[in-house]
Amino acid sequence: MSSQAKEDSTSTPPFAIEYSAVTVRFPETLAVDALELSIPSSRTTALIGPSGCGKTTLLRLAVGLQNATSGAVRVLGQPLEATTLDQLRHSIGYVVQEGGLFPHLSCADNVALVAEHLGWTRERVRARTSELCELVQLSEELMQRAPGELSGGQRQRVGLMRALFLDPELLLFDEPLAALDPMVRAELQDDLKKIFARLEKSVLLVTHDLAEAGYLADDIILMRAGRVVQRGGLREMLEQPVEPFVTEFVSAQRGARDLLAEAQQ
Amino acid sequence: MRALGLLLCLAACAPTTRDLRVGSKRFTESRVLGEVAVLVASETGATVEPRTEFGGTMLAWNALRTGAIDLYPDYTGTVINEILSGTPIDSAEELEQALAEHGVRSTEPLGFNNTYAIGLREERAAELGVVRISDLREHPDLRLGFTNEFMNRADGWPGLRESYALPQTDVNGLDHDVAYRALESGALDAIDLYSTDAEIDYYDLHVLEDDRAYFPRYDAVFLYRTELGDTHPALVEALQSLAGEIPREAMVAMNARAKLDLVPETSVAADFVRERLGIQATTNERSLTARLWLRTKEHLALVLSSLLAAILVAIPLGIFAARRERLGQVVLALTGILQTIPSLALLVVMIPLLKALGAPSAYLIGSAPAILALFLYGLLPIVRNTYQGLKDIPPELVDAAEALGLPTRTKLRRLELPLASRAILAGIKTSAVINVGTATLGALIGAGGYGQAILTGITLDDTALILEGAIPAALLALLIQTLFELSERILVPRALRA
Repeated sequence: MSSQAKEDSTSTPPFAIEYSAVTVRFPETLAVDALELSIPSSRTTALIGPSGCGKTTLLRLAVGLQNATSGAVRVLGQPLEATTLDQLRHSIGYVVQEGGLFPHLSCADNVALVAEHLGWTRERVRARTSELCELVQLSEELMQRAPGELSGGQRQRVGLMRALFLDPELLLFDEPLAALDPMVRAELQDDLKKIFARLEKSVLLVTHDLAEAGYLADDIILMRAGRVVQRGGLREMLEQPVEPFVTEFVSAQRGARDLLAEAQQ
Repeated sequence: MRALGLLLCLAACAPTTRDLRVGSKRFTESRVLGEVAVLVASETGATVEPRTEFGGTMLAWNALRTGAIDLYPDYTGTVINEILSGTPIDSAEELEQALAEHGVRSTEPLGFNNTYAIGLREERAAELGVVRISDLREHPDLRLGFTNEFMNRADGWPGLRESYALPQTDVNGLDHDVAYRALESGALDAIDLYSTDAEIDYYDLHVLEDDRAYFPRYDAVFLYRTELGDTHPALVEALQSLAGEIPREAMVAMNARAKLDLVPETSVAADFVRERLGIQATTNERSLTARLWLRTKEHLALVLSSLLAAILVAIPLGIFAARRERLGQVVLALTGILQTIPSLALLVVMIPLLKALGAPSAYLIGSAPAILALFLYGLLPIVRNTYQGLKDIPPELVDAAEALGLPTRTKLRRLELPLASRAILAGIKTSAVINVGTATLGALIGAGGYGQAILTGITLDDTALILEGAIPAALLALLIQTLFELSERILVPRALRA
């Protein structure tokens, strides 16, 4: 996958997200343990690991939905501060399972919510909606419907449109495809891969599916108990595991092995 | 608080452009006298609005003092012993002066003295040869029955027994109406009376002469606001001209017609002013439709203004409660406590509360305290549902909304309130339906509405009149419920409906 940085934008920092000595402690557990981690710009990175390993917490830290117990998080070169957080969030697209769409608004209103707040004209909103419909392969007629009237895959595409609407620099995905059936899922994975390649955004993707991570991401971060166990490509994890847990985790994922076997043929 | 005060003012002023309000207390004689005043006032050209169900002397007095009503009938003994009990009053001049300090004047006595008295059946009195209270000393075995109040009042039985040195020991406390029946059946020999009770003639009773002048005088008078002398001089003159015009027999006869023959008080009063004063008052009995319309307007004004105020306060309170978890629990607990106060108690407590809050005196009685009480009553369902509606938004939507980077206000308006709208609307509906019922008690403090008919009906044991208030109240509750269900289709986004 192409990884050339945008040459015209000199302001793009080398790292989209930087975690410095970040610890997040919940009453019962230590979700993130003194973590040092940088997520590169203009590439797709996947966070993977068993439930409770802290991957979702890392994603939530990046958009200010979770505060660090200690340590600092910088996003797009800026520290997360209450006064500038909303501004910064306009440069972040956040996608959750099923799209996290608001059931009382039409899909069109869901995607244009922030743009309307920022005073975009109706024409500009309409043009951007059409453009994105084409990008995510969704019929424009569906946009007038309520999210409840769409299929799970269609909702996920609308969720992606909402995240992309302001053309953000950073995209965060929290298990975006987990709730979809396999056919729809495969189709969306293909589409996402094309979209990532075309837009060259910084993408951080949380998934529990190693095959999906390997397919979509340039770089995979395997986590366990709030720490990074291994970072690299899918092949590296299979061939040079740093500890037995990596092999254990990988062998549990039939899809990943098949994928690799396929690649090796 | 200022905004609330303004709202109450608006609400209190809204129902009618008032000209003259005539009050009366919750018993037949007071209402008949009130109707006489209404007719006399109408004759002088004033537009009059009756306020007939004051639940007690102090409520009516406060209404007068604060200008919520302009005049009402009362008794000199009540004024001296109850209303102005802190001020020693020994003469008519001192009474006038004491009243003037409250901006109130009194007419000359109307002509009858409705004091306590002791009565026996005529034939029993003749048989015993008893004409004066002191004659009772000769008959120590007489069985006496008195109202519980008379048994305990300093100016009741204890003082009477001492003053006349009465020897009777067979004395029972019982209900006034029961006492009349016990007297008739011969179970009792003598009972206490109000001297203008219609039953005195009906049961053919002999009223014993108070030969030691033990009982104070309870001369009926009209109390009116001093300013009426300037604003309605003709009315004051007409009221004064009633002095001495209502002798005891006339009042007893009017009470009898109203209470025993169930003639409407308006007709009783109209016959009296025609025969006695030559005022050709058409029996100004409003038609059923007109009565219903007036009460509906009054009732709706109470319910809608209190509901509007409750919505404006409770939704922000509910939002606050959802935002600040710990303080929020305090808010919910406090509004919950308000809900546990019996509605009647809450209504009556509003008067001193409004006074303590420094409300202008004109708002201490009538619709303002009723609206305030209904407002407080209406808070809980709306606060709780707003809180719960916001808390019930699924966490993934809370996160999605937060991650968009919208200002708090926009997020609330576009996302959170619409998502909670179904719960909030249900809370408002509950409040509205509760308030329609509770507002019927407003008549006790002069707020009018359907309660006027229900409470009068209960006093007169007139089922038709009770239903005249109760049926529209029930229909209004149903109507409001239906309206809310319809408005749910407009206000609640389609995807969120049940």
